[in-house]
Amino acid sequence: MTHDKGAKPAKLLVYRHAGVTRATHWINVLALSLLLMSGLQIFNAHPALYWGAKSAFSHPWLAMVPGEKGGQPVGVTMVGSHQFETTGLFGYSGHGDKAEPRGFPAWATIPSYRDLADGRRWHFFFAWLFVINGLVYWAMSLINRHIQRDLWPKGWQLQPAHVWREIVTHAQLKFPKGEDARTYNILQKGAYLAVIVVLLPLMVATGLTMSPGFDSAAPWLLDLFGGRQSARSIHFISANLIVAFVVVHLAMVVASGTWNNIRSMITGKYAIEAEPGVATPAATGDAA
Amino acid sequence: MTHAPNRRRWLTAAGASLAGLWLAACDKLTENPRSAAVLKSAEGLTRRAQRLVVDRKALAREFTPADVSPDFKANGSTNPDDPDYVAHAAKGFADWRLVVDGLVEHPLSLSLDDLKKLPGRSQITRHDCVEGWSSIGGWTGARLGPLLDQAKLKPNARYIVLHCADTLEQTLDGTGQYYESIDLIDAYHPQTILAYAMNGQPLPIAHGAPLRLRVERQLGYKQAKYVMRLEAVADFAHIGRGNGGFWEDRGYEWYAGI
Repeated sequence: MTHDKGAKPAKLLVYRHAGVTRATHWINVLALSLLLMSGLQIFNAHPALYWGAKSAFSHPWLAMVPGEKGGQPVGVTMVGSHQFETTGLFGYSGHGDKAEPRGFPAWATIPSYRDLADGRRWHFFFAWLFVINGLVYWAMSLINRHIQRDLWPKGWQLQPAHVWREIVTHAQLKFPKGEDARTYNILQKGAYLAVIVVLLPLMVATGLTMSPGFDSAAPWLLDLFGGRQSARSIHFISANLIVAFVVVHLAMVVASGTWNNIRSMITGKYAIEAEPGVATPAATGDAA
Repeated sequence: MTHAPNRRRWLTAAGASLAGLWLAACDKLTENPRSAAVLKSAEGLTRRAQRLVVDRKALAREFTPADVSPDFKANGSTNPDDPDYVAHAAKGFADWRLVVDGLVEHPLSLSLDDLKKLPGRSQITRHDCVEGWSSIGGWTGARLGPLLDQAKLKPNARYIVLHCADTLEQTLDGTGQYYESIDLIDAYHPQTILAYAMNGQPLPIAHGAPLRLRVERQLGYKQAKYVMRLEAVADFAHIGRGNGGFWEDRGYEWYAGI
């Protein structure tokens, strides 16, 4: 316990994250970053996506292709029947004599230059790390009851009125203080569970569905996702959703106290602020 | 507060430099032989794990004629200009023969008609390119297992090397010739065939006429086209650049089941 000097509200350091949560979190940061960037390298080998078992080459639902406008090369992104000029980002990018047709730009891929064989090596190496890390997280978090205790929503948290109030206070960037800050709110629980239970396992399952070897052992995966090319599309969409989660996650980390959050994920200790006028909970608007 | 824009610029520059460093580090790690070997180690893990969970005889999914791709893509060589091959193609492969040798008791030399008399199989399967796309095609060919039984493998034979007619890359030492290799698990898999027909027609030149391998549980680059010779070997270190295939010699995995 520490007490700050001056007029600042009293702060209480609580133990927030178990060692296994912290370790698997940072291993996941490393693995997912490298998986994303090597995945974009692999995507660039054929920057087009389809639905079903096979590729209908003239009808991708998403494609990043080079084009030409006024004698100059441009990048074009096609989504369904819509076309967008995305020069410098998708379809055509790079400076000077390094400008070339490519799906995602050099700064987003590993290696930065075009190299499918090495991209695959990075991807599959860190896929193993990611899967092993995920299994450790799952096993340990069920054993130490982190998932059941901290992440699984309580019945009262699922009431629409409560969910709506959380959305409003979150949108106003008002973060809980006092006792409420000790636990995750329903939006945090929903976001974390969506990633841990749905998106990350979905990445593994759709990834395995793209393996012709594994397909022969588990052909039901092909039925589940609607074919190998559908699995590739879902793999891509789900990766984008994870990126979207990370963007919001980082924004929330910054908005609710950058160093306090980062410290809690390194040392486990998280500082919570006592609410002003904490003696009379009924006086605060949000006390129920 | 007047420092805020400076600070922001500083943070942006720092962020960009960190990203640049990260990328440069990844490129360096890719090129450094020691770290490259670490990355490559996952391939052995993947192969062993798949051999463990996938039944040796588990079949790749088969499709119906309605599923066949009208736009099956042809990759790699699509019209070899090697003189021997051009001469065979000009004669409609009438004098062409498949040589089976290496670690076998009875070396064979088979014409297309000989191959068509061997135990065969037809299958409509998905072809998955390492680039990410898939096409579906129908294949008819001689099953590799019974053919190898006819040649009778010696006990020390562990791999079947497929030597092809096409030079995919011009090199001074001749290592640009296409070749591939598979182990005996895949060689004896019921769907592993030497295909002479595609979608009910003689195999087109773009897809490997007169004979190509179909090893359905692996990626496209294992499906060697323009096959001229099968060689049974104990290891493939002495062939090409020693990694078991044209693309394997250029960094791709020997086990292409993923």
